Amino acid sequence: MASIENAAKPDAWFTIEHGVFKAGGRWTITESARLDQQLRTLDAGPGDAITMDAGAVEKLDSTGAWLLLRTQRALEKTGRKIGAVQVPERYASLMANLDRDDKKQQSHPLPRMSPWRYRLYRIGKATVEAGRQGWRMLGYLGRVTAETGEMIGAPRKNLRFAAMAVQVEETGISALPIVGLLAFLIGIVLAYQGADQLKRFGAEIFTINLLGVGVLREIGGLITAIIVAGRSGSAFTAHLGSMRVNQEIDAMQTMGLNTVDTLVLPRVIGLVISLPLLTFYANIMALIGGAMMCYFDLGITIPVFLRQLNQAVDVGTLMVGLVKAPVFAFVIALVGCYEGFQVERNAASVGQLTTRSVVESVFLVIVLDAAFSVMFSVLGV
Amino acid sequence: MVTEKDKNGQAKKDVVIHVEGLVTGFGKKIIHDHLNLDVYRGEVLGVVGGSGSGKSVLLRTIIGLNEPREGIVEVFGRRAGHAEGSRMRALEVRWGVLFQEGALFSSQTVAENIQVPLREYTSMSQELMDEIAAMKIALVGLPPDTAQKLPSELSGGMKKRAGLARALALDPELLFLDEPTSGLDPISADHFDQLIAELQESLGLTVFMVTHDLDSLAAITDRVAVLIDKKIKTGTIEELRKDTTPWIHEYFSGPRGHAALAGAR
Repeated sequence: MASIENAAKPDAWFTIEHGVFKAGGRWTITESARLDQQLRTLDAGPGDAITMDAGAVEKLDSTGAWLLLRTQRALEKTGRKIGAVQVPERYASLMANLDRDDKKQQSHPLPRMSPWRYRLYRIGKATVEAGRQGWRMLGYLGRVTAETGEMIGAPRKNLRFAAMAVQVEETGISALPIVGLLAFLIGIVLAYQGADQLKRFGAEIFTINLLGVGVLREIGGLITAIIVAGRSGSAFTAHLGSMRVNQEIDAMQTMGLNTVDTLVLPRVIGLVISLPLLTFYANIMALIGGAMMCYFDLGITIPVFLRQLNQAVDVGTLMVGLVKAPVFAFVIALVGCYEGFQVERNAASVGQLTTRSVVESVFLVIVLDAAFSVMFSVLGV
Repeated sequence: MVTEKDKNGQAKKDVVIHVEGLVTGFGKKIIHDHLNLDVYRGEVLGVVGGSGSGKSVLLRTIIGLNEPREGIVEVFGRRAGHAEGSRMRALEVRWGVLFQEGALFSSQTVAENIQVPLREYTSMSQELMDEIAAMKIALVGLPPDTAQKLPSELSGGMKKRAGLARALALDPELLFLDEPTSGLDPISADHFDQLIAELQESLGLTVFMVTHDLDSLAAITDRVAVLIDKKIKTGTIEELRKDTTPWIHEYFSGPRGHAALAGAR
């Protein structure tokens, strides 16, 4: 660590003898750590009056002045009578300033918290904040749902098709390469792992069942939703957040534009349209990846693959996966927009809330997926 | 400027910042073209100029955030800008910089912000650092409970004061201020001016202040440097008022200039 301290040859000194505190040398920040320790253990000796003479000080900065002042205060507390600290004329105003500030502060003592209490305080604060966050999000969900309902009731009035189409492009079409590639790779991985295990039973052919059911019911939808949460949910938050930082949202409100209508609904509806389509596409890509792996690893040809797949899954299996997509989309868009509106007018806030938005939407997607699984098993689907 | 010393017949003053033949620019655009400037110990220099005239670039170049294309920048008699590592650090601990919005570290409380340089460069005990932070906070006129607050909980004016407290943490000799009063209401701006004047006097600071605020200029600067035509013209306000360059004339004799200067007297 770099240090500005003057450790080699101490340049500041003080003595206390016969009721006179004398200080001299360079009382600056470079000497402060050493002076601080020595002054804390200062033994004032006998006598009930002490004169503080710092007239021999060559250089004094605010840190040095504080040390002098603190020493004076400490000696006063021991019940002795202490006069004002004598300093060279040019430093008189500095001492006077600090003295005035310090007295002002003493009259409003700061409530100090012990570290443990402070920790407890922070845990409590975070807990309450999490509760409030959930409550507010629920409120927001209500508002968006109500406005969506209204909009569907009277679509011509305030639906913004152009904005919606842009969102479908941004969140759907632009996501095709990444979603396709990842789904394809997942298909390969799944087929490979399945084949590896099932080979032991001589049941390689059931790799296709595993792949078909696994991808269509669960993996395809989940992977797509998570990618989209990371890709589009974050983009929603960052975009709306920077609009807030820029006061664009304030400007819209003063013009009487409904921000839910203009900013939230196109995103929500756009994503609700594009996520199921993306999911379907991801399913196909994963199956292609799986089929390729089956061919190279197990020697299962495409016609055999298709025949087995046909036996393993039906339209119902596909629908079970697809039915979840709009719900995921709604949640991702909602969280993304909600967090965007929470951004405060500073740069750090955009980053913080974007992170929070992604974490929350991925969390909610997985929770919802689990809820769907429970529901389907109860319904016997 | 060099000639000014002779003109006023003053003894040779201690030069804190020496800029000679400075050329800076971005791409093809030249911002400063062989610019010269001296700042003397203990003075408050106000730097003014139209938008885009390179006031902030000059400040950033002097403190080493911007690489000059040509020319010499010396602070405390040492080459800045090109200096690196330990040599640059030796300079950095002798100056404090207040950025426009305070530039406080947003994840730390105000007290922690002030303690960052203390922690880095000294071996003070935590107790002393806490005391120093409280002292600096009082010094810049903030209430004591500001210490535990995060920058996001402060108003714009408070952020600037907290930024100033951090800039003063190591008791620098030289203080750079980038538009210290912009965005403040006139009353806060006046208080901030007073604060800087008071600190300058009691701590014996040299202040390099970029500003747009004519009232600040009139109230606290000893000399003013005007950035014009990629060069700099310095002088006291009185001297500059006699200048016939259109921009300078308009600046000091326009309605705002008039009001500010009249108010200062």
